[in-house]
This record gives sequence, structure tokens and C-alpha cells, in this order.
Amino acid sequence: MGKKLLIHNDNVPGIATLEVYRQNGGYASVEKALKTMTPADVVEEVKKSGLRGRGGAGFPTGMKWSFLAKPEGVERYLVCNADESEPGTFKDRYLMEKIPHALIEGMITSSYALGAKTSYIYIRGEYFYVARIVEKAIDEAYAAGLLGKNILGTNFSHDCYVQVGAGAYICGEETALLESLEGKRGNPRIKPPFPAIAGLYGCPTVVNNVETIAAVCPIVMMGGDEYAKIGIGRSTGTKLISASGHINKPGVYEIELGLPVEEFIYSEEYCGGIINGRKLKAVVAGGSSVPILPAELILKNDKGEARLMSYESLSEGGFATGTMLGSGGFIVYDETTSIVKNLYTFARFYHHESCGQCSPCREGTGWMEKILHRIVEGQGKPSDVDLLWDIQRKIEGNTICPLGDAAAWPVASAIRHFRHEFEEYINHPERIKDVKHYYSVHQLAGA
Amino acid sequence: MSNEIKFNEETLALVHKMIKRYPEGKHKSALLPILHIAQAEFGGWLSPETMDYVASILNIKPIEVYEVASFYSMYNLKPVGKCLLEVCRTSSCWTRGAEDVVRHLEKKLGIKEGETTADGMFTIKTVECLGSCGSAPMLQCGASYHENLTMEKVDNLLEEYRAIGKQRSYTDMDYKNTL
Repeated sequence: MGKKLLIHNDNVPGIATLEVYRQNGGYASVEKALKTMTPADVVEEVKKSGLRGRGGAGFPTGMKWSFLAKPEGVERYLVCNADESEPGTFKDRYLMEKIPHALIEGMITSSYALGAKTSYIYIRGEYFYVARIVEKAIDEAYAAGLLGKNILGTNFSHDCYVQVGAGAYICGEETALLESLEGKRGNPRIKPPFPAIAGLYGCPTVVNNVETIAAVCPIVMMGGDEYAKIGIGRSTGTKLISASGHINKPGVYEIELGLPVEEFIYSEEYCGGIINGRKLKAVVAGGSSVPILPAELILKNDKGEARLMSYESLSEGGFATGTMLGSGGFIVYDETTSIVKNLYTFARFYHHESCGQCSPCREGTGWMEKILHRIVEGQGKPSDVDLLWDIQRKIEGNTICPLGDAAAWPVASAIRHFRHEFEEYINHPERIKDVKHYYSVHQLAGA
Repeated sequence: MSNEIKFNEETLALVHKMIKRYPEGKHKSALLPILHIAQAEFGGWLSPETMDYVASILNIKPIEVYEVASFYSMYNLKPVGKCLLEVCRTSSCWTRGAEDVVRHLEKKLGIKEGETTADGMFTIKTVECLGSCGSAPMLQCGASYHENLTMEKVDNLLEEYRAIGKQRSYTDMDYKNTL
């Protein structure tokens, strides 16, 4: 059993309340940081921990924090990115719903480190009921003197607010999120300047994912060096993985980074194997944006070594044979899955979510959806696969924000590893009606 | 629901509380949350009159409200049924039968995806990933997530919503957490 630092208490009755959370050691990092450490000490521990952004990009958190500009007399902000909307990802929802105080604790400790007097938690609008849970936790924290003026009798004062979004995947991109928080359309900004210099209201701002902020608490408590001993290589610590698709036990699992992928999929402790004992066909390991890999490449890399759940191991082999850890949105597909139809759901998603600012993404995502739709409907042309390949290449790297890349990679990887399936659809449209696109709900109920 | 587009005092107090969350002069930040409230209060959608009213409260130009309302998928720019059934259609839900759920709803309600029943009770909409991948398939109605759906569950849900929907008022935000 791997170490758990974030959701080890998720089954304690009443853990969502301040009282029970504190009885289980909650808010100790606030006590420790505010009373015995300087802000610079906290930043230093986070740097030593090797913690990397858990939202998907994997950028070192301590480094991101150290970029924060600190001009005299200018407000600084911490903004929590709780706009979890990468398909296949639901870990932040789980954390906020089950243990909301873990996030509030992290917000206070992190804000102290950054010198932020105000912080915002931007939660996707669809998680309305989660926002209520978090707001309730904030109210409790205020009442207990953990938020507001002179926290725990120290000189540090801090206000924390929730802001709800209104349905836009793009607002998970940090500059789009800031635009949205300012009451505007979620159009990503051109960088530089980065938020660390000019973020919310033009002030220096750090934007961190929910899980990243929650991880600051155990880091402060155990020290950065101890945290860095967990995990493997530069993938330190634990990671929440959202497991979904054709597995026996979908859900959120906290793993120690470095766990073999095969163990994660098949052991009873985690996914519990493929539903109905069917064969594994493919996996999207880090949310819809990362390349899909066929079974043989997700279990072992191109050198035949066991693939591990870590930033480095999953990306071993580049995009030719590898993928990315991303947000940890782990979607498993069994042997009956139609890769083409699945890709169509992704292409439709990205077209729907493109903000429309950059023409390669705005137009390209629409073209890809349209072409995939006709292929799925049995109207595909022999030139369509090459056309899809061409379009995705022209989107990648040609947009302001990474949504363009995110739309291109699933298409590229599906064609790279499953080209024969596209050709089957195009050359034998008569067979499509016999293809099993998905499990019917009736079958699942009978399983 | 009154026809006049104006928040009552209680709602107005909530709106002003939200505006106070942001620094002086940055009140536009409250636009998204206020639009959610306005949509719930004034019939489940944002009419031009509603948007103009929100603009007047925040002292911003109407276009600043229109461009935001039209950007985000949760704002309805046309009337919808009392119960907006939003079925997730993205990969994880799709692998576990989201399409079956949509077809079943269409059959039961006698309408197509995107349409509203004649009695104004239900609208079927397909939406992108709602972060419920581990409990797929799912649908959202109001603030409630309905997960691990089976056809039987969907049938029961429709009955429950039909009963509640008859007395439903959009102003009752708490209603949304009762199912």
C-alpha cells in the first residue's frame, strides 16, 4: 500500500466539518507556518519538496512561486484553479467535496508564503454544490479565526472567497481563468507577461491547482526533504488519479508516484481490472488532451520496461510511443471500444470548447469534428485520414494557449496507433452497424 | 414568477455581498455569479431585459453582459424547460452508455435532444464532461448530479422531477439541492 497524504482521511465521518478535520490534525500547517516559519521558509520547503503542478502541466510549484513579483505597495493574489474540466478528471471535485478544509488550509498556508492578503477559489459552475461545501468550510474557518484578521493571533490577515464559473473548459487555462474572474469572456491572454508579474487586476498572481495547494500542507508538516523521498526521481510525492472507463472500480485513488501502470489497472487496491474480464485495448492516461496509447505501449515502454505512473515514465519515448501524466485523468478502454467513435467525442468536445480567438483552433477543431462525424456515419472518404493528420499538425503550436495542442494530440495519437480502424470505417461502411460502439446501460446493469 | 425584472430585497442583499468580495472598482468580477442568480430568478434563462438589468446593477455597458452571457455554456439565451436535463456525452460517459440515456429520455419524453416538452417541464441537452467520469453515465439537473444511471433510475428521476417541477420556482435556490 502506497503512502497517502491528501485523502487518507476521506472516510472519517464528518471530516468535511472543521471540528472533525481539526481533531484529525487539520490546520496544523497553518499553526506551524504562521507561528514558527517565515514566508521564505515555506517557499523553500515547497522548492525542496519537488512538488509539481497537479493540474496537468507539471511545472515545479516552488519555482512558480519564486517568480512572483513583489513590488512595494501592490497587492498580490493567490488564485486556486478549481475549474476542473479536463475530460476524465474528477479528483479536485472529490477532494473539495470530501475534505474541503484540506483546500482551505492549503490556501491559508500558501497565501502566507506568497504574502497574499486575498485569495480566490475559482470553481467550475457545474460544481455548484461543491462550491457550497467549500463556502461552508470557509465560513467555519472565519468563525474559528483561521481566516480574517490576525489569524491565530499572528500578524497575518487573509480573506478567501469562492467564485463560480459558468461552463467553459478554457477557463482552466490560467490566464483565461483570470479573465473570467474579472467578469469577462474566458479568452486566454498573450504571455508574457505571465500572471506572476501581471495577473489578476494586473497584480502579481499565482494560480495553482486544488491538489497542488492541498499538497502544501503535508509538505510544511513533514518538510520538503521528507516529501521528496516519496515517489520516484523527479516525480515526487503522491498524486490523485481519477480512474474511469471500462474498469471494475472507477474512482479517485491516491497513489505514490512510480506505481506500475499494470498494477494500477489490475490490482484490487485500485481499478480492479477490466470490466467483465475483457481485454485492455487502450488508455488515455492523463486527461483527454494527452495521447492515447494502445495496451502494449501503456503497460510497457518501447524498450520493454514496465511503464510507471510518473511524469517521466509515461512520457518515455516521446509522442511516438509515449504520453503524459497530465491531470491524472486515467480513462481505460476495453477491446470492444471504437477508437474512432471515442475520438469523435473528443473532437466534438474541443470544437465546443475552443474560445474562438485563434483561427487554427477555432476553424481546425470544427473541421476535425466534421470529418470525424462523417467517418463515424459511414460517409468517410479515403483521403480523410491524411486530411485529419494535416489539420492537427497545423493547429499544434499555432495558438495562444495550449487548447490547440490539446485538440491536436488525441487526433494525432489515435491515427498513429489505430490507423487501421479509421480505414476500416472508411473502406467498409457496411460493417459499422455491427461495430459495438459502447456498452449499453442494460449490459452494465446485468454485469 | 413576476414579470417585472427586478431582484427582491433579499436577493439584492446577496448581490451586494458578492460585489464586496472584490476590490473597490473591480465589481465587474461579480458578473458571472450575478448572472447565475438572475437566470434562476427570471425564468431559467437570460432575456435581453434581464441582461440589461444586470448591466444596470453593475453599472457596466449591456454589451459587456451580452458578450459574457453568450460565451459560457451554462447561461441559457433562450427559454428552457423547468427541468433542464443535461446529459454528459464525453468519452468516459460515452463508454458507459451516455447515448443510451439520451435515446431513452427522447423516447420517454417524446422530444429530441435540444427540445422542450410541450408542457414546458423538460428540456434535454447534451453537454461536455461534467467531472463525473467515475460514476458514468450521468446527468445534471439544476445543481444536482445524478450518477451511475440505469434506465430504471432515469425513469424514477423523471417521475420525481415531474412531481417537484409542478410547484417549482426558479427563485428557490435551495430546491436544487433537494434531489
